[in-house]
Amino acid sequence: MSDGNETMSTHDDAGHATEVATTESAGQPAARFDNPGLPEHQHRVTDVDPKAAKRAERQVALMFLLSVVGTLIVLVTYFSVKYEGHNDLMSRLTQVQHSTVLMGLGMFLALFGIGAGAVHWAKTLMPDDERVEYRHLQRSSEEDRAAAVGILREGAEEVGLGRRPLIRNTLIGALALFPLPAVVLLRDTGPMPGRDLETTVWKQGTRLVKDPEGGAVKASDLTLGSIVHIMPEGIEKTADPAAERAKAAVLLVRLDPADLNEESKKGAYEGIVAYSKICTHLGCPVALYEQRTHHLLCPCHQSTFDLTDNCRVVFGPAKRPLPQLPITVDDEGYLVAAAGFNQPVGPSFWERA
Amino acid sequence: MTALASRRRHPMARAVLLVLGLVVTGLAYAAAEPGRANAAQAAADDVSAGRQVFIANCATCHGTNGEGRANAPSLIGVGAAAVDFQVGTGRMPLQSSGPQAPKNPVKLSPDKISQLAAYVASLGPGAAVPDAEEIDATKGDPARGADIFRTNCAMCHNSAGKGGALTRGKYAPPLTGVTPAHMFEAMETGPQSMPVFNDQTLDPQSKRDIISFLTTIEKQPSPGGLSLGGIGPVSEGLVAWLIGLALLVGCAVWLGAKAS
Repeated sequence: MSDGNETMSTHDDAGHATEVATTESAGQPAARFDNPGLPEHQHRVTDVDPKAAKRAERQVALMFLLSVVGTLIVLVTYFSVKYEGHNDLMSRLTQVQHSTVLMGLGMFLALFGIGAGAVHWAKTLMPDDERVEYRHLQRSSEEDRAAAVGILREGAEEVGLGRRPLIRNTLIGALALFPLPAVVLLRDTGPMPGRDLETTVWKQGTRLVKDPEGGAVKASDLTLGSIVHIMPEGIEKTADPAAERAKAAVLLVRLDPADLNEESKKGAYEGIVAYSKICTHLGCPVALYEQRTHHLLCPCHQSTFDLTDNCRVVFGPAKRPLPQLPITVDDEGYLVAAAGFNQPVGPSFWERA
Repeated sequence: MTALASRRRHPMARAVLLVLGLVVTGLAYAAAEPGRANAAQAAADDVSAGRQVFIANCATCHGTNGEGRANAPSLIGVGAAAVDFQVGTGRMPLQSSGPQAPKNPVKLSPDKISQLAAYVASLGPGAAVPDAEEIDATKGDPARGADIFRTNCAMCHNSAGKGGALTRGKYAPPLTGVTPAHMFEAMETGPQSMPVFNDQTLDPQSKRDIISFLTTIEKQPSPGGLSLGGIGPVSEGLVAWLIGLALLVGCAVWLGAKAS
């Protein structure tokens, strides 16, 4: 017999049975029913058979012993699996693996043994006969309630807010203004982005260099189907290289010029196109380039951009095409930006024009 | 001696001497330049043998001269590296058309593959099969390779090289169990959906670093215990939800069950 059923039956005992039955069967004749009482107590095997009880006792002890073994495994592993003397990375990592697995297993045994033993103990050996505890009314007596209301009334009368509107109004004003500093202090949670979101390092003449190896790229370096991950030259010398890299990343791809439409060709150089690598949806790096379909896939939410169609969105949640970086070559034949991006890169933001 | 001396005025003597001289000179030349002569002959043999292999296995789709058809690209200028990769990993000859040619048991013998590669290489200049030096993982720097791999390869092949999904049934295959030569050739030629990383955009040292990185992480044991495929939150979440939750539910049922 579970606790829930017991409370139900005591609930009935308290004399609410009629009321419950009446309200629940509105429209039907109210039915009275007798308190069925508790079902007959069923004895467990361990209650009637001393051998079974003894067996259960041994099982509980075994689980507690398992816990002891687990603790010992943890301690022995901690002191016996050494990393010293394993200078080779591979054997060092093997030691780490052994230590992790054994200590994890030991901790599991140590904790689970205690828990399982306690539960088994409670279920098989501890008393399980039903006890009934009656509920009582929570409501205070009428005179106590009247006295409490009286005290509150008297207090309000003595404070006299109604008679002194000056105090009341100034108090309301003070309480209303008090949270303001906390709101103003929110300004200090971070610097305002200013125009950071709209600008990148790219400007006319910036050379395209390989990421992460470095080195400028010549147009002749790229064969059909080639892809190069690009950063603007000199980005490491900017004030905040990490923040600049997050905006300036560019993908450089060579396609057959015949595959490019007019719009894509505008910033292209002999079939070589450069597009921002930052997804216009939520800013993930869009770098999964499928050479045969000329599609760029964003790994986060599967937005797909068609390189031959000026990176138009062909699938997924992105709403704008990837901005194109117009490119050309300088006197030495290296690829350079013909201009910066003509729009902010990456996802939308409130002030985006 | 007298017999030879007595015949030196014979009318045929001059002709015999001339023939003798030519034969000796020819033999001497052949002895001095054996490699070149044999290599040229062997290469020519490979190309003609390779053409037979090509006609038997590839020409149905790629055309009798490798010029390509509607659904099969031209093989002129793809080079020996492309053949060694595609046929050496069992992707070609293609078993059935689909979004992508899967890795398969290799169908041709290594000899036939090199003959085929020689034939396709003879169709037009292309990437060659790398030599042992270029793919020697011990000469690469795995840390630098990891750096390059993360920017250039990890978005498709997973940062641990376990592969990943692309669009419409295409996928980037796992890089475990791939030979260094095939890794190099894949970068060099850009098979199927993969873009090309030629020696100008990704120099040979960088390629060797990447190979070194991939062979290193393949040998590395998983320090956390079970690696669960190393494909990140997907398999870990699956194990946590299916196995972990099942264990918890089992415990809860046991807790709630009445002892008999």
